[in-house]
Amino acid sequence: MFKNGNSTVKSIFTPFNVITGIIVLFGLVLTVVRFTGGLAAVSNLSDYNPWGIWIGLDLLTGVALAAGGFVASAAVYIFGMKKYHAAVRPAILTAFLGYALVVVALSYDVGIPWRLPYPFIIQQGTTSVLFEVGICVCLYLIVLFLEFSPAALEWLGMKKIRSLVHRLTVVLTIFGVILSTLHQSSLGALFLIAPSKLHPLWYSSYLPVYFFITAIIAGLSMVLFEGALCHHLFADKLDEAHKQEKDQIALGFGKAASWVLAGYFATKVVGISADNNWHYLLTGYGLWYLTELLGFVGLPCLFYAIGVRERRLTLIRWTAGWTVMGIILNRLNICIIAFNWHLPASERYFPHWMEIGISVFLITCGLIVFKYVVSRMPVLYSHPDYKETH
Amino acid sequence: MSISRRKFISWISAGCTSLICTTAHGAKKQFKGYPDSFGILHDTTICIGCRRCEDACNSVNNLPAPEKPFTDLSILDKKRRTTTKAYTVVNKYENKDKNKASVFRKSQCNHCLEPACASACFVKAFKKTKEGPVTYDPKVCVGCRYCMIACPFEIPTYEYDEPLTPRVMKCTMCHDLIKKDKLPACVEICPTGSLKFGKRDALIKYARERISKFPDRYIDHIYGEHEMGGTSWLYISNLSFNEMGMREDLGITPAPELTAGALGAVPVVVSLWPVLLTGIYAINRRKEKLAEREKAEAVSSAVEAAKAGREKVSLDKVRGSDG
Repeated sequence: MFKNGNSTVKSIFTPFNVITGIIVLFGLVLTVVRFTGGLAAVSNLSDYNPWGIWIGLDLLTGVALAAGGFVASAAVYIFGMKKYHAAVRPAILTAFLGYALVVVALSYDVGIPWRLPYPFIIQQGTTSVLFEVGICVCLYLIVLFLEFSPAALEWLGMKKIRSLVHRLTVVLTIFGVILSTLHQSSLGALFLIAPSKLHPLWYSSYLPVYFFITAIIAGLSMVLFEGALCHHLFADKLDEAHKQEKDQIALGFGKAASWVLAGYFATKVVGISADNNWHYLLTGYGLWYLTELLGFVGLPCLFYAIGVRERRLTLIRWTAGWTVMGIILNRLNICIIAFNWHLPASERYFPHWMEIGISVFLITCGLIVFKYVVSRMPVLYSHPDYKETH
Repeated sequence: MSISRRKFISWISAGCTSLICTTAHGAKKQFKGYPDSFGILHDTTICIGCRRCEDACNSVNNLPAPEKPFTDLSILDKKRRTTTKAYTVVNKYENKDKNKASVFRKSQCNHCLEPACASACFVKAFKKTKEGPVTYDPKVCVGCRYCMIACPFEIPTYEYDEPLTPRVMKCTMCHDLIKKDKLPACVEICPTGSLKFGKRDALIKYARERISKFPDRYIDHIYGEHEMGGTSWLYISNLSFNEMGMREDLGITPAPELTAGALGAVPVVVSLWPVLLTGIYAINRRKEKLAEREKAEAVSSAVEAAKAGREKVSLDKVRGSDG
């Protein structure tokens, strides 16, 4: 195998393995508690607060951060920006693992997980935004699987099927963009039904548009953030072409992120004006809203622009991390912090430590699979047999 | 690669279309409930807070017995909400005017004409029946709890402590009894007539008459006539509804309408996106091909020019040697 010669017999007890091993063991215990004791045994979910961090963090944020898949593949295969090709495979892999994790997290969150296919096979609740989200996520998971499969097939040496799937690239990308447009925006549309519960500053009829734009921002930033991490952690896997393209990607995606953030900032201001919510800005929630808008949208927009203009790659990468934090903050605000703002503190939700534990467990599982795949399959480098076909 | 004008225009148009679709709304028709559907009118001015409705509800639905008996009225001092063990609760609200007595209000599912829970459910577990009650089918429920997010009255509750078969629990308006021409259990037992069962239209008419006959006794508002598009349960009171923990800022838009616009955008995206994206792809492909051809032509012409130049030089050399 390409470049695999140097990773020969090493001790199993590397720091990564020990730490993730402990987390996984612990997570399995929590899993048993969850499915024998019910949701009440592991979570602080209540009748007032039916959705907690499994929805706010694992689902809403997970799906947003997995948007890199459709953003990168659309840029390269549809908009013809071939010089960013190196970004596609890692982004697709992250997206696939991200969506798979979402489904796993959902089976912890819903009361009767084995009925998850019911909306498709028993009764279709077509009036529900959640139905649309479900069907799109389900289809997109299949699309992502197919989009990633060439990497696995190259690894397995199955050339014929690989070239067959490879020919579908453009069609799959178009499908991916359609499905992503629909469900990324619909995750925001989920909250349209609860204007009386979500704080007016976050509630807007533009919620679907906001969610879609922030998904693009999240996708662009995740490609950069993750690229920077991979560069440190899997430096031995990157081939020359990928190393060279990396800086190009940082400048190009950073520029795009800066523009999209500027556009998002503008639509947010339009949203506040449309609902005439200015007077809320000076309340406690208003200051928190301003923190999000200025600190996690305005600031990264500026820093990306400076980074690109002055070609400061480190600044761009730190900004990418900061923007990702902003996306997490935004989703948590809408799903948890600004949701049920009208209730007294005693009725509000704060996650149980076991809820956090299960989230950490699931993310750790994702990391393990990512590491496994990246160290075996041609994700961060081109397979020597297929260099010309890209 | 710099951004070409064509690419820029294609991006702008993509952005505009997405904005248009998300703001587009379907044609609106007002649904005023099923004709001749039933409702219950709760006149809070007559309620004495005896909790017998809670008792009757508990036994008709086979719910577990409470810790303290229903005759214990000290419980009314604390604000309670519906739970998996109580589909209905009565709360006491002090009158700001100290001379006036405190008011009791029974809360339970309001059985909206266009229920948020039914609109939000992705497996159609909730159904607005033509008789009036909103029913729930635990046999299909996945347990996503989006109904609880959606409900503006914060009524549905969930069996969080049930590991295998948790259900959403809420008032059924005694649908089974109504179908047998019987009264809902709470109405049947109410000793003061604070709960009145009947056709919703007739109840509204009756409530209006009461209000106009006793203008000092009632606030001029029937809660539930228009709230969230109207509910099968209706309330009249002498204390403002806000003061009784009933939100007056819910508006009159039925819940399904809140998400109709976003759902209406789906077919637009599905039909437009493929055309748009394929178009952008095709334009880029063509540009690439043209660039390749131009490059090939430039190279070949350069080669030819070089060849011609060399020939000329060699010819000149020949001529020179001749001369």
